[in-house]
Amino acid sequence: MIPPKFDYHAPKSVAEAVALLEQLGSEAKLLAGGHSLLPMMKLRFAQPEHLIDLNRIPELRGICLDGDTVVIGAMTVENELIASEVLRERVPLLGEAARLIADPQVRNRGTIGGDIAHGDPGNDHPALSLVCDAQFVLQGPNGRRTVDAHGFFLGTYMTQLEESEVMVAIRIPSFATHSGWAYEKLKRKTGDWATAGCAVVLRRSGDVVSHIRIGLTNVAPTALRAEAAEQALLGQPFTDENIARAVAAAIAITDPADDLRGDPEYKTAMAGVMVKRALNTAWARSA
Amino acid sequence: MAKKLISVTVNGKLEERAVEPRTLLIHFLREELNLTGAHIGCETSHCGACTVDVDGVSVKSCTHLAVQCDGAHVTTVEGLANKGVLHAVQEGFYKEHGLQCGFCTPGMLMRASNFLKENPNPSEDEIRMGMSGNLCRCTGYQNIVKAVQYAARKLQEAPAA
Ligand SMILES: Cc1cc2nc3c(=O)[nH]c(=O)nc-3n(C[C@H](O)[C@H](O)[C@H](O)COP(=O)(O)OP(=O)(O)OC[C@H]3O[C@@H](n4cnc5c(N)ncnc54)[C@H](O)[C@@H]3O)c2cc1C
Ligand code: FES
Ligand code: FES
Repeated sequence: MIPPKFDYHAPKSVAEAVALLEQLGSEAKLLAGGHSLLPMMKLRFAQPEHLIDLNRIPELRGICLDGDTVVIGAMTVENELIASEVLRERVPLLGEAARLIADPQVRNRGTIGGDIAHGDPGNDHPALSLVCDAQFVLQGPNGRRTVDAHGFFLGTYMTQLEESEVMVAIRIPSFATHSGWAYEKLKRKTGDWATAGCAVVLRRSGDVVSHIRIGLTNVAPTALRAEAAEQALLGQPFTDENIARAVAAAIAITDPADDLRGDPEYKTAMAGVMVKRALNTAWARSA
Repeated sequence: MAKKLISVTVNGKLEERAVEPRTLLIHFLREELNLTGAHIGCETSHCGACTVDVDGVSVKSCTHLAVQCDGAHVTTVEGLANKGVLHAVQEGFYKEHGLQCGFCTPGMLMRASNFLKENPNPSEDEIRMGMSGNLCRCTGYQNIVKAVQYAARKLQEAPAA
């Protein structure tokens, strides 16, 4: 399987990439790790006439701190997330979850920016960025803007990213003390996308949940933030009864597709199991 | 759709070629350079039979463009042995019966040799995790794990092989 013909561009800066996007319009696509785009091109699901390769732009790679916010370059690959000391200290969920994404070779190429920008509900970073209160820095012809992860995912393969914008960085506030976190992902085999997945970040004050985010992977046309489920626990003690209310509220917003990973009924049930497990792990860690 | 001139160092040898941008690295290696060690299995970045090193990291060459390798160093299974002396992972697969049909083996060897650079003294679990991007349809993974363990021991005894 060979991708259809295209012209190849390798800009050296984000500004150059944006200029190319502007000039070439909808015929152009950005190439990051290529591990979603190239397979789609082989299958002719995507046939861009121009590929603009972001791999030769050093400013898009790396992880650093801006005050208490971790700033991750969009072209940072999964294995760099796993290896990062800064992330381990500040946002430990991310490296831990990245270990559940694809396999070692794919993680050498696949980027966090590509995983988010692709808008695939099966990808793991969208739900992870929702629970981390991430923000995305987007650069277009009129400069940069910063948007919240919450509200960014509009539909399958549809996001707030404009045609001539490049995702430059992902900004994530450091976890506060007494935070707990978990990513539970049911998959058929190593390297598979989730049958159902749930990400949780919460904070404990005494016996009460004082902050909570619940995100769901691959059980709807986009990653979901389960806000009603969060409300079932926010300000409440972490009791079996409240957990059950949260699980029921999360299940209520799922709308999974029927595919080889299972039918909607099964996936919905599994989403509930993942939510419960992730909540329990996160709470246990928050002590 | 102009061709692009690229120079790539493959197994230590500088190669200059004009390639179509859509040429995948695996086809460049097999068809342009006649290096048929890396295999085409699934073509969908799942099986790992096409694994090679690009600038020191394991990459599935069926999901990488040859033009992206301009200026890069690529190592394929043909470049693993040193002057006729098998690399420790090759010896390990041979001694521990880490292959039957051999189809997956070039990818297994390339991944194993790179993995042991990342983690020279791995546990069994770490080996299974580190090799999880490579599928084998006939040997089974038991002997493949043993082969990697053999190579790890050998490399620890005599570093810089
Ligand atoms: C075998 C296999 C298993 C996988 N398993 C998983 C899994 O379990 N979980 C998971 O989350 N993913 C999985 N993936 C997908 C993988 O993580 C991809 O790498 C990821 O979805 C896309 O990132 P990329 O860097 O490869 O982007 P590309 O494929 O290069 O690009 C994807 C899309 O995003 C756009 N894009 C990329 N970067 C930017 C940017 N900076 N700004 C704007 N637009 C951009 C591109 O134009 C393109 O439309 C798997 C892939 C494979 C091949
Ligand atoms: S042929 Fe490349 S991963 Fe299977
Ligand atoms: S030895 Fe036959 S596929 Fe692995």
